[in-house]
Amino acid sequence: MSNDIFIVIEHLDGKFADVSFEMVGKAKELASVLGGKAVAIILGSGLPANGFASDTTLFVDDANLAEFNPAAYGKVVEALVKEKSPRLVMFGWTAAGMDLAAWLSARLGKPCVAYAKEIRFESGALIVNSQAYGGKMLAEIAPSGDLAIVAVLAGSFPVEAGQGSTMATQIASPVVLDGLKIKFIESVKPATGDMDITVQTKLVSVGRGIGGRENIELANELASALGAVLTASRPVIDARWLPTSRQVGKSGRKVKPKLYLALGISGAPEHLEGMKSAELIIAINTDKKAPIFNYAHYGATADLFEVAEAMLELL
Amino acid sequence: MAVKFKKTTAIEIEHAVIDGVDISGHWSRMFEQRVIFEYTPELIEKVTDLPDAESFAYCYQCAKCVPVCPVDIVGDYGPRKLYKYAQTGTDLLQSPGLWLCTTCSNCLRVCPKEVNMIKIMPAAREQAILDGNFVPKELQDAFENTAKSGNPLGQPQRKRDAWAQNAGVTVPIIKDLARPVDVLWYVGSYPSYHPRGMDAASAAARIFSALGIDFAILGKEEKDDADTQRLAGEKGLFEMMSEHNIQTFNKYEWKEMVVTGPHELNAFKNEYPKYGFDRPVLHYTTFLARYLDQLKPLLKHEINLKVTYHDPCYLGRHNGEYEAPRKLLQAIPGVELVEMDRNRENGYCCGGGGGGMWMDSYTDKHIKMRLSEKRAMEAASTGVNVLAVACPFEVSRFEDAVKSTGNEHVGVLDILELLDQSMRGKQ
Amino acid sequence: MNIVVAIKHIPSTADDLPIKGNNLDFDSLDFVLNEFDEQSIEQAVLVKEAVGGTVTVIGVDLIGELDGVLHLALAKGADKAIKITANEPGADSHQQAKWLSEAIKGLSPDLIFTGVQASNDIDGQMGPMIAAYLDLPYIGGVSSVEVAGDTATVNKEFAGGVGAKYLVNLPAVIGVQASTKPPRYAPISKVRQMAQTAKIENLEPVGEASAELTFKKMAPPVMTGHAEMLTGSSKEVAAKIVDLLKSKGLV
Repeated sequence: MSNDIFIVIEHLDGKFADVSFEMVGKAKELASVLGGKAVAIILGSGLPANGFASDTTLFVDDANLAEFNPAAYGKVVEALVKEKSPRLVMFGWTAAGMDLAAWLSARLGKPCVAYAKEIRFESGALIVNSQAYGGKMLAEIAPSGDLAIVAVLAGSFPVEAGQGSTMATQIASPVVLDGLKIKFIESVKPATGDMDITVQTKLVSVGRGIGGRENIELANELASALGAVLTASRPVIDARWLPTSRQVGKSGRKVKPKLYLALGISGAPEHLEGMKSAELIIAINTDKKAPIFNYAHYGATADLFEVAEAMLELL
Repeated sequence: MAVKFKKTTAIEIEHAVIDGVDISGHWSRMFEQRVIFEYTPELIEKVTDLPDAESFAYCYQCAKCVPVCPVDIVGDYGPRKLYKYAQTGTDLLQSPGLWLCTTCSNCLRVCPKEVNMIKIMPAAREQAILDGNFVPKELQDAFENTAKSGNPLGQPQRKRDAWAQNAGVTVPIIKDLARPVDVLWYVGSYPSYHPRGMDAASAAARIFSALGIDFAILGKEEKDDADTQRLAGEKGLFEMMSEHNIQTFNKYEWKEMVVTGPHELNAFKNEYPKYGFDRPVLHYTTFLARYLDQLKPLLKHEINLKVTYHDPCYLGRHNGEYEAPRKLLQAIPGVELVEMDRNRENGYCCGGGGGGMWMDSYTDKHIKMRLSEKRAMEAASTGVNVLAVACPFEVSRFEDAVKSTGNEHVGVLDILELLDQSMRGKQ
Repeated sequence: MNIVVAIKHIPSTADDLPIKGNNLDFDSLDFVLNEFDEQSIEQAVLVKEAVGGTVTVIGVDLIGELDGVLHLALAKGADKAIKITANEPGADSHQQAKWLSEAIKGLSPDLIFTGVQASNDIDGQMGPMIAAYLDLPYIGGVSSVEVAGDTATVNKEFAGGVGAKYLVNLPAVIGVQASTKPPRYAPISKVRQMAQTAKIENLEPVGEASAELTFKKMAPPVMTGHAEMLTGSSKEVAAKIVDLLKSKGLV
């Protein structure tokens, strides 16, 4: 058993995810309290692995790990964790991390905390804050035992603290990576043809509060009147009321417009991740406790349709 | 499936002497029960086994229904034929014929055996839906829109009363009034959302207002009656909507309800009572005919038009109102009312009932011309300027039909619009 | 193809969430189907329609109200419904995943679908746990599934619209983000028919697992920043927003 903290690093198209740097920074802080090391674990092939501020970087360089593969990554991480018994294993609560964290927890019989926002040790005891229930609740949780897994919401910690120049130690995969049940075939690039919402200066964005496909037109009219582009949170995209190219959030695009007018968006962490650094956020929602109001600069508890129609008259 | 019809032997007594009199000859088969056994009864039983559909078996192929069936007139149809097709191997639940009936009820009017397609068709369609059989896409969309948006057009609920802003008179919302009213006016989905329906709704508001009627509407609380969806096979949807509507209706105090549409009349008067709603409901023509004496002095402007009136199936045949619409038209100064050959009890169907409103592109493939086109041609042949209607389904159907049949010179107007024109002068 | 969909009944976040002690007050919550499960049920039915087979929907009945959800799934094309009656409204993902795994084991499925996540997955999602307990591969964030023989080709979504195709050997557990086509409308007649006629198989919970988490506190997040709230009628709010945008030169 060690006091080390593992950070499972994530990358896409050769680029490391911000959340990985965030976690490394946090892990360093935690490891120094515990008297352990922050160990960045990179699974990949031929990556520039020396850019982290971790105490140690282990780079499992293997062609089978070139692209994310839950079967391969799971096996390798499980083997490393079993071998080195860290105190804490950190994943991002991301498309990749979500495949691994809960799986590893069930494999090892060790606790896992998802939607993690804050992590600390209080007299040696681990405390994790989890922002669940669509961002409406913050749970303060103490995982039992000597090994815990956390899956961290992106944007929880500063990126800079994790950037550094620790020389990575290349290691061979601790397990044989053949007979994998999942095979990577190819990457799928974002659909072109529609516009790139990340370069727009003004966005009107709709969420579940828009109600139905029949109401999209009103939002579109408002967007046009403002010279803005219409975007949406995930429920609207999953219902196919707007194309995926218009999705803001974790599984969509990250945007930083001058204006983000959020209509009927409650502000689940996955959505906030994609828009919270917009310069001016104005949110309209009927639920005065909607988390979006904690991030918006201006807000109103009002009927989005009435406000949109009234704005159209004024514009 | 158990076979219910047993083969019996026809009786022919060629040589018989009774009381010394030789009466040899052919005995009429009509005196004995005679069951057709050459055909398999399974596909007929598949229909008659459904609740409310047993009368399908009563058909004895007399064919009285065929010449009055509006679909047969533009195609090859009629209840008699459906029975025959079932005898000869067509499963009604999987055949296009399932979706062509408009539940106009003209067959039932002439059927000596009371084979009731108004009950058979909804039952067979519901079973087809439950079995996961083919259902026309547009119809499915209308069901889904009704369930999700509260109206078959898929328009936003919040805009249900938006038309009232342009009515030119105050249209009170019962919730805002917070007091009992004499008349609760159920506007209906097409008058609330369809541009031409909105014209009729606005006209109605002006007429009610001019007559000094103490009325109010439900506004954003109003949802579709869903009776046509029931006839098209989605009984569960109908029940869900009726539960909602009855609850809404009973929230408020009012003396009688006036509806713009005959389908809503049928729903609230004949169907909702089965679910515990039993309050007076009138079609607007019946209601306004009561006010003829007060109305006549308001009809100041002459409308010099030759007008024919199309009887909506669900106002006439289904609910027996033929005279009130005619009285209203005749009250308008300058209107010359002429009748089409098929009128009143034998009125021809516009094709919109029983879900036909939401299946045109499907039914088009199985008929020579739309029923609305046939009717528009009949109207045009009387030499009229205006085809007057009293059902919100009809204005849009007939406006399309007069255009597609080259009869644009015939205007299509709701009686409400004609009354309003006479009241205010042509706008 | 023997397809199983494992669903999760979760507290509704539409209304305020009541708190009791250090956790939610599970006895006074409304429960709804996890929204991602609507997608996973649809995906299962789409696969069945494409390659044949049966769809079994299974879930843990936490508060005795799962039947409605199962009837809806049956109306949408599932063939069989099973509930594990637990009456433990606060059961965590680990425990539910364990019960489900034990029940699913007996079904010998070729393919198991779950929703990719749920808003109450504080201890992680059930999908990967079921995969771990049954020793099957897991892939989540999936937005399309095509089955051919004993493999499935899936599209997994990463951030920024980037995705990747994977070939998955069956049996496997797939966490659905969005079904290939949006969830279908179930005729209300069909849902009501199912409510009257469908037989829901009832299983006892078997097996034990725990999240191993102690809740110290549960509360709405306290934020340092909060929006400046614009008050008044909708028209007044609209006017204030327009003025604000004008003052910042945004319109």
